Amino acid sequence: MNHLDALPPWAAVLVGALVLLGAGFAFIGSLGLLRLKDFYKRVHAPTLGTTFGAFFMLAGSIACFSVVHGRPIFYEILIGIFLTLTTPITLMLLVRAALYRDRVESWQESPPTKSE
Amino acid sequence: MSHGFLAFAIVAAQYLLLLAMACSIIRMVRGPRAQDRVLALDALYVNAMLLLLSIGIRTGSELYVEAGLIIALLGFAGTLAFSKFLLRGEVIE
Repeated sequence: MNHLDALPPWAAVLVGALVLLGAGFAFIGSLGLLRLKDFYKRVHAPTLGTTFGAFFMLAGSIACFSVVHGRPIFYEILIGIFLTLTTPITLMLLVRAALYRDRVESWQESPPTKSE
Repeated sequence: MSHGFLAFAIVAAQYLLLLAMACSIIRMVRGPRAQDRVLALDALYVNAMLLLLSIGIRTGSELYVEAGLIIALLGFAGTLAFSKFLLRGEVIE
């Protein structure tokens, strides 16, 4: 671990805390995906990983590479922009497909239709 | 001291992300319906991307960030295609 030893102590603590926070959020999100009871509840859980998890991990990566190279490096933020743009699109389309399938097959757990 | 904490934090983060990927895989195998499996695949893509980022921090190579970007792109396209397939039964109408 040659390049990590080159980090000053404050940067080492900052990068470690950011990486640990990001991985913790992603783990909690996936645990929720495993533990929740219903598809419409489960669809909320992994977004914790795609928002906070990715944000903290990308911040840790940006901090690490910027301090190691001695100049600001920001192209990791492309992943953040891309995830922020695409996650709502995919999940809204997936929930719409699930709703359509549930109503066609009259699955018991499907939410009620709009009240008249 | 602080570098020991950094090394511990990166290894612990990688184990946490591996556990998260295991949770997604269990949900993908167990999931009662097709939409649960697609959702678990999407979460698996995101967790794999975060794991690649942490490997990049550990090794100091910036190539892993570009690999993570490609994984995010392919995960988006894959989940979108699966959702269209679940909605209509065909991907391109």
